[in-house]
Amino acid sequence: MAVHRSLQVTEVGDVTVVRFVDRKILDEVTIQELGQELFNLIEEENRSKLLLNFSAVEFLSSHALGKLITLEKKVKAHKGKLKLSNIRPEIYEVFAITKLNKLFDIKEDEADALAAF
Amino acid sequence: MINDEWIWSLNRLIPNDPVVARQVLEQIREQLEAQQWDERDIFGVRLAVDEALVNAMKHGNRQDAGKQVGVACKLSEKRLWIRIADEGPGFCPESVPDCTEPENLERPCGRGIMLMRNFMSRVEYNTRGNAVEMEKQR
Repeated sequence: MAVHRSLQVTEVGDVTVVRFVDRKILDEVTIQELGQELFNLIEEENRSKLLLNFSAVEFLSSHALGKLITLEKKVKAHKGKLKLSNIRPEIYEVFAITKLNKLFDIKEDEADALAAF
Repeated sequence: MINDEWIWSLNRLIPNDPVVARQVLEQIREQLEAQQWDERDIFGVRLAVDEALVNAMKHGNRQDAGKQVGVACKLSEKRLWIRIADEGPGFCPESVPDCTEPENLERPCGRGIMLMRNFMSRVEYNTRGNAVEMEKQR
């Protein structure tokens, strides 16, 4: 079983639910680590349905957004599905300003997202 | 610039080190919280200042540990003013592609600057493009 330092990973049916351990996805090293752990879920562990639950996240920078964009490309390349949920209003605004709310499938909460896979 | 009564100011040359950048961010956050700025404004200022510091250290100073970043910041009851300058050659902000255009949506470009412009009341670069001045009206 892979070790995830920045992520809390659980299974709900065939969906892998990912929660972030850090409240602020900001630091360069944290973002690198986090990105790699997310990519491993797809590339090493072959998980195809990913739900990222942002409930614990209070802050994220454009560099973190870049990692999410790369993750989305990798999921697509592996013919998988990626959904995001539980994003607080300030952070949703970051997605909306950069129009990434159109790139990502963002759901209100985990139940909504799980039902949409 | 409007003449406010400044209640807090900071003027530092910091090393090209993200840990020190984080300390500066925390100092600013503490001041805004002490002045009871609302949460959305604090979030926006932190995001904009973080993006500007990362740009200065990563793109301006090219992560050169021998270079420094100048941070000048003033806070009045009504607004926050901040200037962040690096030692790099500068860049032309107008040449950064629009990250919200469909063809650029998946490219890692310009998103930080766009967030700075949206969350702050004013964002201006100097002619050389190695210093950014930002203001947030409460």
